[in-house]
Amino acid sequence: MNFTINEHSYEAELDNRTSLLDLLRNHLGFTGTKKGCDQGACGACTVLVDGERINSCLALAVQYQGRAITTIEGVGTAGEMHALQRAFVEHDGFQCGYCTPGQICSAIGMADEIKRGVPSAVTEHVAAHNIDFSNEEIRERMSGNLCRCGAYNGIVEAVRETFAEELAS
Amino acid sequence: MRPFLYEKAADAAEAVHFFAQRAQAKYLGGGTNLVDLMRENIERPEIVIDVTGLSREIRDVDDGGLVIDAGTKNTTVASHRTVRERYPVLAQAILAGASAQIRNMATVGGNLMQRTRCYYFYDDAARCNKRERGKGCDAIEGFNRIHAILGASSHCVATHPSDMCVALAALDAIVYLEGPQGARHLRLVDLHRLPGDTPDIETELRAGELITAVEIPALPFAIRSTYRKVRDRSSYAFALVSVAAALDVDDKGNVRDVRLALGGVAHKPWRATAAEQALRGAPASEENFRRAAEAELKDAVGLAGNAFKIELAKRVIVNTLQKLAMESGAGS
Amino acid sequence: MSIIMDVMKTAVRLAPGSWLPGGTPDPLMNKHGLIGKPASRIDGPLKVQGKARFAAEVSLPGLVYASLLYSTIARGRIATLETAEAEAAPGVALVMTYRNAPRMAPPPLMMSAPKAAGASGLPIMQDAEIRWNGQPVALVLAQTQEQADHAVSLIRVTYAVAPAVTSFDAAKAKARTPENILGEPSSIEIGDAEKALKDAAFKVDLIYRTPRHNHNAIELHAATVAWNGDQLTVHDATQMVNGTAWTLAQVFGVKEEQVRVLSPYVGGGFGGKGLGDHQILAIAASRLSGRPVRILLSREGVYRVVGGRTTTEQRVALGAKPDGTLAALIHTGVAATPTRNVCPEQFSFPARHLYAANAIKVAQQVTDMDMLANIFMRAPGESVGTYALECAIDELAEAMQLDPIELRRRIEPEKDPTSGTPFSSRHLVEAYRHGAERFGWDRRDPTPRSRREGEWLIGMGCATATYPYYRMPGGAARIRLTADGRAIVQMASHEMGMGTATVQAQHAAERLGLEYEKVSFEYGDTSLPSGTLAGGSSQTASIAAAIIAVSEVLTKELLKLAGNDSPLAGLKPDEVEARDGGLCHVDEPGRFESYVSILKRAHRDELVCEAEAPQPFEMWKYSMHSYGAQFCEVRVNAVTGEIRVSRFLGSFDCGRILNAKTATSQFKGGIIMGLGLALSEETLFDERSGRIMNPSLAEYHVPVHMDVPAIEVIWTDIPDPHSPLGAHGIGEIGITGVGAAVANAVYNATGKRIRELPITLDKLL
Repeated sequence: MNFTINEHSYEAELDNRTSLLDLLRNHLGFTGTKKGCDQGACGACTVLVDGERINSCLALAVQYQGRAITTIEGVGTAGEMHALQRAFVEHDGFQCGYCTPGQICSAIGMADEIKRGVPSAVTEHVAAHNIDFSNEEIRERMSGNLCRCGAYNGIVEAVRETFAEELAS
Repeated sequence: MRPFLYEKAADAAEAVHFFAQRAQAKYLGGGTNLVDLMRENIERPEIVIDVTGLSREIRDVDDGGLVIDAGTKNTTVASHRTVRERYPVLAQAILAGASAQIRNMATVGGNLMQRTRCYYFYDDAARCNKRERGKGCDAIEGFNRIHAILGASSHCVATHPSDMCVALAALDAIVYLEGPQGARHLRLVDLHRLPGDTPDIETELRAGELITAVEIPALPFAIRSTYRKVRDRSSYAFALVSVAAALDVDDKGNVRDVRLALGGVAHKPWRATAAEQALRGAPASEENFRRAAEAELKDAVGLAGNAFKIELAKRVIVNTLQKLAMESGAGS
Repeated sequence: MSIIMDVMKTAVRLAPGSWLPGGTPDPLMNKHGLIGKPASRIDGPLKVQGKARFAAEVSLPGLVYASLLYSTIARGRIATLETAEAEAAPGVALVMTYRNAPRMAPPPLMMSAPKAAGASGLPIMQDAEIRWNGQPVALVLAQTQEQADHAVSLIRVTYAVAPAVTSFDAAKAKARTPENILGEPSSIEIGDAEKALKDAAFKVDLIYRTPRHNHNAIELHAATVAWNGDQLTVHDATQMVNGTAWTLAQVFGVKEEQVRVLSPYVGGGFGGKGLGDHQILAIAASRLSGRPVRILLSREGVYRVVGGRTTTEQRVALGAKPDGTLAALIHTGVAATPTRNVCPEQFSFPARHLYAANAIKVAQQVTDMDMLANIFMRAPGESVGTYALECAIDELAEAMQLDPIELRRRIEPEKDPTSGTPFSSRHLVEAYRHGAERFGWDRRDPTPRSRREGEWLIGMGCATATYPYYRMPGGAARIRLTADGRAIVQMASHEMGMGTATVQAQHAAERLGLEYEKVSFEYGDTSLPSGTLAGGSSQTASIAAAIIAVSEVLTKELLKLAGNDSPLAGLKPDEVEARDGGLCHVDEPGRFESYVSILKRAHRDELVCEAEAPQPFEMWKYSMHSYGAQFCEVRVNAVTGEIRVSRFLGSFDCGRILNAKTATSQFKGGIIMGLGLALSEETLFDERSGRIMNPSLAEYHVPVHMDVPAIEVIWTDIPDPHSPLGAHGIGEIGITGVGAAVANAVYNATGKRIRELPITLDKLL
């Protein structure tokens, strides 16, 4: 099977049962993507596929051949961290750091969803054209990423600071 | 997870063809429920047919309705302009479910086929008639706070976990199927079954039938519709009770028409026909909303852990209808 | 043993303070340089880029993957066991059961020896006995995780079921009083509290219930292990590297030095990352198969083999005199425990130290249930004990028509109410004052249901937070001072997100007078000098004490090296201080020589010193605790009973704060776990089977982003004169008092007292 990860192509001989998460972690060494529940309940395994965030633990790898997969290793560049990564450090948006790659990939996907006008459960008028980039919107939209250390405040601040300008409605 | 064959179908006919190749076959959409159940060894297919390659469009129908292909992602439906403008209840129900990541993966067809979150269904050390007919049910005298109050049986008290289906039930959605015997369609409210003494049979689908699309008929007053979900967290939790409602109030403040469905209360998305009947033609007042809720919950049965849902469901029905009535200018 | 301890404790209590560590206050405790600065985490860039390598991410050649099968009964014996199908499954390298597992000694029970780390001390896969529902009965090794997991499902086990005690009510009827509670007496009676209660002008006498909880660190428990002859390497996720190494040595009959445990990053611990059955089984399987093994528990697996917080039933009875002081304080109850465990869930500890009362009675009991050994979970005991005690205080205040903060002011003790020892540092009243001002407590109407916005009833509540100061004996630190003027500080300690390396680098830099960038802190590896466990909020003080000790040795050695040609010639260690990358005379800053210069003149590449921290006698001399005042505002939906925490403020008194940024995160993290405890968390233990029914992050509700408002944290920053750096541990206090602050706010909003956690909406309908 052939996979495109962080703009590079990878070959892997795979069992149909292998999840995209285990492909990344156990077969290709992309251990930045984390396993926290293996059942879509924590978000630690979040990666971007064609720019959209998904839970890689619920994804059978075989379904994702030929898609553009971005993991935390593909966020930012070799020389420089993504602005969101820097903001996470600055705002202490993590403690143990385990859910962090998932939070970051998720937030990048979230920003794009807001840009595309995808509403959320707290969007006051679901048909509204512009989504208010409020803390409440961030919190609702990031609720698929658990952080047991409780770095939620710092995460919201980091996300807000990074995307505020871009997403000012 | 047991080993399985994987086939990716190009169209519905091919999917149905693959399905017939093995005794234990499953259609795979986003995988958000099926992959989990396979990992838990609750689903043990020999062949998995990936149907995400099928058409994934949302089309307007001439009379003002919509057809949504079954492979359409939940996020796509919730973001669709027509859905948001004409059927806000559907967009809201989808957005109230799961997480953004899961909504980006999950398909409409897969959402319809979701299985219960009953603890005893998930644990193969427990007795569960849904997993193994005739084994018994450990939920009835166990932890049943999240279980059914309507239409349950002495064999099963599980609930259907979907939010989207509750909105679809309220909207009179039609489910299109393709199977070995050809195509047919069902009303969504007829798709899921009550448990009876065969809780392992959850839908009216025949062997090999694939859900290809869902049609939402035109319902102009659904522009004033809403979904209210009550759960144990503010987000990312299954419903304890949810209400999908659309309300049409005339100039005199009487209910011209209403659509009402409940989630989290039964083995299937629960269309509240008794309440609707009680409301049609009656003044849109709190008192009548309460009367309608009482009518709907008349036969509700509470277990040790979930009896609170009976009163909760009534209150949420009243509250949701009141808000819709208020929006339409009929203060109550 | 305990008599000797008692004599020693008494001797320490009577000894002059100046004899003890901390007798001369640490000169750094009032210095405002690097210490206290909100430095960003040193390991931050690695973590945000996914480059921090956790235990299950270590790659070894020939690695095989492990999967476990768990028992489905609580007590009995394995009757039949069929493994042939699993053994024949593709990729399987080994199926291990009690029949072929290597003989292993039971892991010594924690606290039975200084480095013992066993949670129950039970034998592991050595016989057919089943002792709890979820006990591992088989382990499979295979080439891939998928193969191992599948092969496990092919094993057939039947059981001869024996009667099991899985009902708390049944077990409570036979509750027993343990010999001690973590070394403290199980019960204390001062005066006749029951009589004083009966005669009191105002009284409350209430029962509170709290459920089981699980830590649910997002990182699943994992280890990657390999044998090389009798040398064992364990890449672990643990809060106790040295305890793990020593205990594994006992289990496998090798020397402690033959076991190396590495754990540089731990994806959340909260008390749950210790030595469990999973590491031992993986190591045994590795020995049996001759292959390196990775074990990564499933989320269900974590619930089956790693215990959590256990359920309690507590009675709090308070009797007050008309002047608002306490005539009687009673806090008693039972925690559900199996016969063999280490964690009695010390819910009665807060009541021993918090408030003055004429008569006091605290007592707690345990049970003998057939269940997984419960283990320490963030503020074990104190988290649920403060829920009961601080709710009762609120109820008493209401009965007396007194503001609950004013009541607490009136019952503020002058010395420890049960031990009689002086407080080392206690500014609870001040924490309340600051917190109340900042939170706007004066806007609270004491009459319930008096504030409403639309459907939402709004209420405020407060509660005291408290957690003991601990410093563990036995840790040692090493400093390598290199010729380029850098220092590497080494100690086998732990980082589960507390900011250990960051804070200790700040500390060491300040202590050695070096720039922050020139100091690094190495930890998480038993090849370094032995550290202490990361538990009981003790690690920061324990490391700090070791660094103080080694820096004193370093100063001496530097003065020796400097010799007679140095401006420092002839100076004694207490006449110099470290600054600007060297040492200088305390009173004549001109008499200075840099480390670079000293080492260069001595032709040394580096100077290496090591020293052990002194015994923590300060804990015996003083009553040492951290304090806080938790303030909560909730909105409760009048229709549905849904609860939303709209504001929260924690005002803490925890000595000197060492890093404002990481400390804030620690406090907030504790508070957020407390919100889960208050509102949504419950491990469902089916009393018919003794089985946990919601072993999943989907059905066990930890707080999500949407549940958590912007939380405010403030602190007194008053150093404790008797602790290293004037600091106290802060990892656990954040969760204490939160349950009560929320419950009291819910009462203020709705008029309903909820005396059983979690406060779910059904309880408010």
